[in-house]
Amino acid sequence: MKVNTKPYGLIDVDDRQKIHFPYGLLGFENLKNFVLLDALQQPFYWLQSMEVQEIAFVLIDPTIFRPDYSPDASSTDLEAIQLTPRSKENMLVLTIVTIPDEQREMTANLQGPLIINRDLHIGRQCITENENWKTRHKIIDELSQVRNSAC
Amino acid sequence: MLILSRKKDESIMIGDQIEISVVDIKGDQIKLGIKAPRNIKVYRQEVFTAIQQENQAAAKTGTQLPEIDLLSQAGDRKTVPNKTSSENTKE
Repeated sequence: MKVNTKPYGLIDVDDRQKIHFPYGLLGFENLKNFVLLDALQQPFYWLQSMEVQEIAFVLIDPTIFRPDYSPDASSTDLEAIQLTPRSKENMLVLTIVTIPDEQREMTANLQGPLIINRDLHIGRQCITENENWKTRHKIIDELSQVRNSAC
Repeated sequence: MLILSRKKDESIMIGDQIEISVVDIKGDQIKLGIKAPRNIKVYRQEVFTAIQQENQAAAKTGTQLPEIDLLSQAGDRKTVPNKTSSENTKE
């Protein structure tokens, strides 16, 4: 399947990279179909809209810089992607990255994580009620804290 | 917008399943109680707006991602789905 992507232009994408977001993302409720791509720069991914080429989000696995992170997905969130608390190991958690001009200031949104059913390729943006998680966590700063505490 | 006056301990119904009651009033702060089916999620409006705005900001991110070695010492990519092979992202 060919998909017009924001970062890489028209590329071939495997059907299994498709992810359906029945409710879209907050502020982008009308966009429901995306593909998940490995970015050429690790450890990022691109979540590319299949409907609008210009809409693509950079994603990161939040446990890279916050090993203690959990999205605290409610049973409603899990139901929305057809999972239950028992089948949570099929859940992939990724967070959206905002990269300003000063790229070292890039942040990840841990308050509005994306949860994805790996088998069914259904995703949802949930809102965590855990007040530790904010919309702008500085990735580089938090990563260096992880490294320091590991030493 | 529909505007209704309510006193403490009074409530309103939204449809036949959502009830919002005034639990307490102290100065300019009002405590609301919300009864709703489990599939209706209730958030403070500013949280909802903050995430919408952050999504809008994230969508403006350019296509040049930083070349930063985030991974050294930070573990492997254990949560990566094996379905996203990087070969597919090359032109």
